[in-house]
Amino acid sequence: MSASTASGVLETFPLEARAFLLERLPTPWGWLAASLLSIGAIVVVFASIFAISTLLERKILARIQNRPGPNRVGPGGLLQPLADAIKTITKEDIVPRSADGLLHFLAPVVLVAGALLSFAVIPFGRHLVPVELEAGVLFFFAAAASSEVAVFMAGWASRNKYAMLAAMRALAQLISYELPLVLAVVPVVMLAGSLSTVEIVAAQAGWWGGILPQWHVFSPWGLGAFLVFMIAALAESNRSPFDLPEAESELIAGHLTEYSGFKYALFFMAEYLGMTALCCLAVTLFLGGWHAPSAFLEFVPSYLWFGAKLGVLIVVLMWIRGTVPRLRIDQLMRLSWKFLVPVALGTIVNAAFWHSSAEWGGAWPAVRWAAGVALLLGPPAWLARRLSAGLGPRVYRYAT
Amino acid sequence: MDALVPILLGLFVLAAGATALALRNPVHTALCLVPTWVGLAAIYSWAGAEFVAFAQVLVYVGAVSIVVLFAVLLTRLDGAVERERASPRWRRRALIGVLVAAGVGGVLAYSILNTELTPVNRAMPPETGVRELGERLVGTDVVALLAVGVLLTVALLGGVVVAAREGREDGA
Repeated sequence: MSASTASGVLETFPLEARAFLLERLPTPWGWLAASLLSIGAIVVVFASIFAISTLLERKILARIQNRPGPNRVGPGGLLQPLADAIKTITKEDIVPRSADGLLHFLAPVVLVAGALLSFAVIPFGRHLVPVELEAGVLFFFAAAASSEVAVFMAGWASRNKYAMLAAMRALAQLISYELPLVLAVVPVVMLAGSLSTVEIVAAQAGWWGGILPQWHVFSPWGLGAFLVFMIAALAESNRSPFDLPEAESELIAGHLTEYSGFKYALFFMAEYLGMTALCCLAVTLFLGGWHAPSAFLEFVPSYLWFGAKLGVLIVVLMWIRGTVPRLRIDQLMRLSWKFLVPVALGTIVNAAFWHSSAEWGGAWPAVRWAAGVALLLGPPAWLARRLSAGLGPRVYRYAT
Repeated sequence: MDALVPILLGLFVLAAGATALALRNPVHTALCLVPTWVGLAAIYSWAGAEFVAFAQVLVYVGAVSIVVLFAVLLTRLDGAVERERASPRWRRRALIGVLVAAGVGGVLAYSILNTELTPVNRAMPPETGVRELGERLVGTDVVALLAVGVLLTVALLGGVVVAAREGREDGA
């Protein structure tokens, strides 16, 4: 009994802390302070996640490449993010003479602001939702939409051909991958019957046969939509293997070429924040949000479960960066328009089937699962076969 | 206080639109449309139309602005205005433009003037949620939705045809 009360205290601890702080303020300022506290919490938590994930990414990439990684600042290199922060803040801020001053300044600001805004609708725990909106999922994508304008502003305002080319590439990529990203969300919205992130998490409560959690990822359509979503999310956050906009071997540093000092750091912050935000949305939509994976594990506070799932997703993205080589621009476009978009449309059909067969009884659930799995595997296999026709199999000849 | 919000937002939208018209650099103009659209979304949001507000930002700020910027950057503007003036048909084109604008403005004004404005009770949640909106779109208003879909498809095909013809001229 004491264990459950202890977990209850931990569960509501953030709310209690907020109430404790707000009690000390006069009422007219209460609502403002409540909002500011949520904003402050989001900024502090996700800025720290940004700092930690830069170090983690360097360490993981180093391990994949069989080298130690940063290990000089602090114990085991733990203070490296701090050193990086001091370095970028104290560096000279250079604005090219021919650059468009205002837009050059605004681009990183808009980028970070948009990335931070999208965290507002994520339910981080049972009681931890910064803003509860009826159209929360739509708000997320609306906030993320500003990143496209910001990338264009950065590239165009720099008056640098590499920056400009990279901005055009980035726009083409962002628009192409926004389509599968949003299409992959449609089945979730269809099955949950709501655009609200809170209700989507609530729709994933419970267990299949008492063991397997009823998260969307553990259904045939959910797995397909989740994979499409994660591939598109990788491309949306400009990460390897889709990091063409800043492909250093072709475009110097892309739209970041003419940025230095703290603005450069802001771009990196926006990239990591965007990646984290998309992972947060993936956890919310597909991985059950803050739900525990098993009934007997529910004593752990819900926000810790959310954090654990988020951490796993971020590490997987870093792992992908360390293993997969970069795509060429035409391959990138082909992957989105000819493969991901049709597959995402297929998952919508699959979800519709899943929804309409929900009432099947007797031995029919087995048939339902089999049909769902067939709908999950069939279209991608057929598409992949058709698209790669004439391209393979490759024959490698080695000198003997 | 509550009545002041839409007026201020309207002024903001008008100011942003006017700035967009006044700027000489086409890229600045295109970027200046972004605050205009965000201001419109804020008005929708104030009126309780959350879904429309977010859709406005998603579609206009996320996609339409990018399309406009691409169009500006991919077309050669050097001397294009002077050549257009010199062309004998510019008067007729300008006349058609003014007529179309007047027609659209007339239809909008007619529908606005014939709409009964009911004072919004801000304490009550809006009656039409996302679900009702969706049911109306694919239920009672499905014909309008299909018509818009056909129109957009035709526009897309037209765009492809225009682009393809320009490509052939370059090649010849």
